[in-house]
Amino acid sequence: MHLTINGEPQGVSDGLTVADLIKHLGLNQQRLAVEVNREVIARERYTALTLTDGDQVEIVHFVGGG
Amino acid sequence: MADTFELGGRSYTSRLIVGTGKYRDFAETKRAVEVSGAEIVTVAVRRVNITDAGKENLLDYLDPKRYTILPNTAGCYTADEAIRTCRLAREAGIGNLVKLEVIGDQKTLFPDVPATIEAAKVLVREGFAVLPYINDDPIAAKKLEEIGCAAVMPLAAPIGSGLGIRNPYNIRIILEHSRVPVIVDAGVGTASDAAVAMELGCDAVLMNTAIAGAKDPILMAEAMRQGVEAGRKAFLAGRIPRKLYATASSPIEGLLG
Repeated sequence: MHLTINGEPQGVSDGLTVADLIKHLGLNQQRLAVEVNREVIARERYTALTLTDGDQVEIVHFVGGG
Repeated sequence: MADTFELGGRSYTSRLIVGTGKYRDFAETKRAVEVSGAEIVTVAVRRVNITDAGKENLLDYLDPKRYTILPNTAGCYTADEAIRTCRLAREAGIGNLVKLEVIGDQKTLFPDVPATIEAAKVLVREGFAVLPYINDDPIAAKKLEEIGCAAVMPLAAPIGSGLGIRNPYNIRIILEHSRVPVIVDAGVGTASDAAVAMELGCDAVLMNTAIAGAKDPILMAEAMRQGVEAGRKAFLAGRIPRKLYATASSPIEGLLG
């Protein structure tokens, strides 16, 4: 299936959960936040929420700022 | 009794809040924050670089157990963007404290106050401890306090300008009427500016560029810590009134005849 992750189109395998996607991208789950189709996803839902074709995913973290 | 101030249900000893932007690397950020003595540090919320995920994270250098992490909404130009950013920041597991900035103009980075008020209403309702960045405007400060913001953060001067406190009289008016902490945010250039903010009676000062942009950021971090401490002590000590004419410090009696 195809997702848009942080504005970039990405092909990933079908049936991926949010937790799977984070792992697939090599990210640390503790230090980020995820939005799917503009809805913030609580950490507890990462393993339960299966992504579907066309989902818009945003993955953010903290960077230096004032 | 220790001289502390309260923010979002926690008590802090350091009255210097520092940003983490514009440093050469995370090691320098960490060192500057340590030397500044700050207990609260601001961060920005940005997209993860998914093609280069192996990179280090800022929080590997700033332990959230040691520091209160204050996410900002810098770069947001609408209430909706700012609200969205705050919701994401909270989900990143840091807490309820947010520095709300809704920018009105790219050149001045002055706040869009009506949009800030709109966003603050939503965020307070959702349980955030909102710290809004505003102009040195006593009316905006009052409105945001009434909405339920945890503090108000009037600017000293435009963000990154280093001009110092441009309108100390407005800051004084804000202080006189505010029942929530008043934090001067943005525009500080050097240690004396920070001291002035504290001498006016502000609860804290927030800065980033003044430290990160100095030739020696670590030394400036120390200077800022001392400036804030000196200003706070001077405020507590109560300065002498300003007078037009001299008053001798040495006794008149016993002068040579």
